[in-house]
Amino acid sequence: MTASLRLFLPRDTTALALGADRVAAALAREAASRGLPVELVRNGSRGLFWLEPLLEAELRGERVAFGPVDSASLPSILAALAANPGNHPLYLGPVEEIPYLKSQQRLTFARAGQGNPLCLDSYRKLAGFSGLERALRLDAQDIVTAVTESGLRGRGGAAFPAGIKWQTVLDAPGEQKYIVCNADEGDSGTFADRLLMEADPYQLIEGMIIAGLAVGASRGYIYMRSEYPRARDVLASAIERARARQYLGNNICGSGRAFELELRLGAGAYICGEETALLDSLEGKRGVVRAKPPLPAIAGLFGRPTVVNNVLTLAAVTTVLAQGAAFYRDFGTGRSRGTIAVQLAGNIRRGGLVELAFGATLRELVQDYGGGTHSGRPVRAIQVGGPLGAYLPESLWDTPLDYEAFAGINAMLGHGGVVVFDDSVDMAAQARFAMAFCAVESCGKCTPCRIGSVRGMEVIDRIIARQAPTENLALLRDLCDTMEAGSLCAMGGLTPSPVRSALAHFPEDFS
Amino acid sequence: MDEQTEDRLTQLIAQYRDVAGGLLPLLHAIQDSLGYVPVDAVPAIARGLHLSRAEVHGVISFYHDFRSEPAGAHLLQICRAEACQAMGSRALEAYAKTRLGIDYGGTTTDGAVTLEPVYCLGNCACSPSVRLDHEIHARVDAARLDELLAGLGAVTSQ
Ligand SMILES: Cc1cc2nc3c(=O)[nH]c(=O)nc-3n(C[C@H](O)[C@H](O)[C@H](O)COP(=O)(O)O)c2cc1C
Ligand code: SF4
Ligand code: FES
Repeated sequence: MTASLRLFLPRDTTALALGADRVAAALAREAASRGLPVELVRNGSRGLFWLEPLLEAELRGERVAFGPVDSASLPSILAALAANPGNHPLYLGPVEEIPYLKSQQRLTFARAGQGNPLCLDSYRKLAGFSGLERALRLDAQDIVTAVTESGLRGRGGAAFPAGIKWQTVLDAPGEQKYIVCNADEGDSGTFADRLLMEADPYQLIEGMIIAGLAVGASRGYIYMRSEYPRARDVLASAIERARARQYLGNNICGSGRAFELELRLGAGAYICGEETALLDSLEGKRGVVRAKPPLPAIAGLFGRPTVVNNVLTLAAVTTVLAQGAAFYRDFGTGRSRGTIAVQLAGNIRRGGLVELAFGATLRELVQDYGGGTHSGRPVRAIQVGGPLGAYLPESLWDTPLDYEAFAGINAMLGHGGVVVFDDSVDMAAQARFAMAFCAVESCGKCTPCRIGSVRGMEVIDRIIARQAPTENLALLRDLCDTMEAGSLCAMGGLTPSPVRSALAHFPEDFS
Repeated sequence: MDEQTEDRLTQLIAQYRDVAGGLLPLLHAIQDSLGYVPVDAVPAIARGLHLSRAEVHGVISFYHDFRSEPAGAHLLQICRAEACQAMGSRALEAYAKTRLGIDYGGTTTDGAVTLEPVYCLGNCACSPSVRLDHEIHARVDAARLDELLAGLGAVTSQ
């Protein structure tokens, strides 16, 4: 019998949204009709989304890629695989040699796309659980110290040092502590958490167990947005399998240590990404932001000391433990250590995930990786850091990706979303949307946020309609100041950022 | 509520009453099972979870996902967030509203489709994105939306 041909086709949200399941079905039919023995692995995505569905074939121990494939291209691809793959128009060469991937510095996303995301053996074979194994040999303080020394800062947006947060929870008295993973990923233009959870769910689970060992928490929750049905399915299965193999439960890897993990779904509220609103939501309440203090690290979920970290923060911890704090810290620049998962989105030719050490510029990302716009028109504005992030004009695209450098231009990196707009964008409409979004998603606690955003929309409408533009522009600026000064959280506090940046850098759209 | 619905509800409440912070998972379970969270269900939920009716109602109304009325046979969500805007989602949502003859929150007269906005589906590299029931679709323009709707069979409003 001839050995079967091993093929890989992602079952990732974007790959599926582009027809990956149709391709898989066609592949099964085509292989059957040719009498060709085929083993199809449904892997996670490598994050080269513009090439999805990306079909990989194992040829003489090397994985070569074709993409983007559709059902119609399958017969010729199968024929080419038997003869001369290099001649096929969709042939991309060995997948790991594709420049977009090869030039990245993948730590957190190194495994993404390599195998079946739910296969524990494949996770272990790809160095999975080596961070946990190390953590099980350390005492709690040494784990926290490693995270502190790595320089890792929170990847959810606020960039707070993870080690300091963990130290606070470790030092807080209390029998019951919690680890909460923020998988709410509400920012437009971001999909890194989703990609990681779909492609490498055990990495998140491993990171959470390590966090539990570090601070003395025996229970964790993952709060995932309901807009991610595929990620939910993958992670729910991963948790079950990890439990069945004693990576979760009351005797993790035979160590006698306990960690239990539960997946919870949000219900379509952006504000539940804010950590205290998230905690209220987990407690079964409306997602209303809490005043701080007390910090969640002291009185968090159900009033207990709680670590709340983003998916990517918890995932990065596995690298820190497995490879050492110094290894991780050696990537990056200034006070931004390690790697950042940049998500290229919107009107972009080569959209996808690019993981690089901090320090690359926006221009390199959007031009070199992204290849400019999808429409072929000039890039005009780039919004970085989600709906509360600034719109940046070309004069600022050489800013290095670094938390402090972005703060220096009144912008933020946030969760690493980069949304590209071509020259057909109307920046007054974008500014209006920022206010409209705030009005829809405000938790309602502060008047400047709840009411100010509605007034903001009205004022921008008048500016667009050319009614008393000078007065209304002044009013809009005042309103932004009021929202910034009078809001409890960054929802109301940073909605002025996209508005002001649009006004400052694209004034022609308001006159 | 008919008897069957009431039984189902009782069963779900029993399943979640001792879960810490169990109200959201319970509401999701009710909506997954019945398609919506009936107003009549609020008193039983409140009793079961030792909450006031106002608290339960407050939670249901706070979250965009929960509905107090049944939706159409299919739920169509169009992403309104920035990455999709950059690729023409404003035109797409306008088209969808005209094509279906409804605004956001509405259901077509034949009961086939309910239209809702959504703010990001995590498919921002291949936008515009829509979600139809549990499937997400990429690079959706008017023609692709027509195909998706045609796949549902009868959508009478043209
Ligand atoms: C309006 C708002 C929305 C937020 N959304 C998210 C989110 O979706 N995911 C996330 O990880 N952090 C989000 N954050 C940041 C969290 O409040 C918090 O800083 C983070 O979960 C801490 O984890 P980290 O230190 O690992 O980043 C949001 C903050 C605000 C103000
Ligand atoms: S700023 Fe807005 S979202 Fe944040 S607490 Fe105040 S009202 Fe709630
Ligand atoms: S902005 Fe539409 S899918 Fe993310």
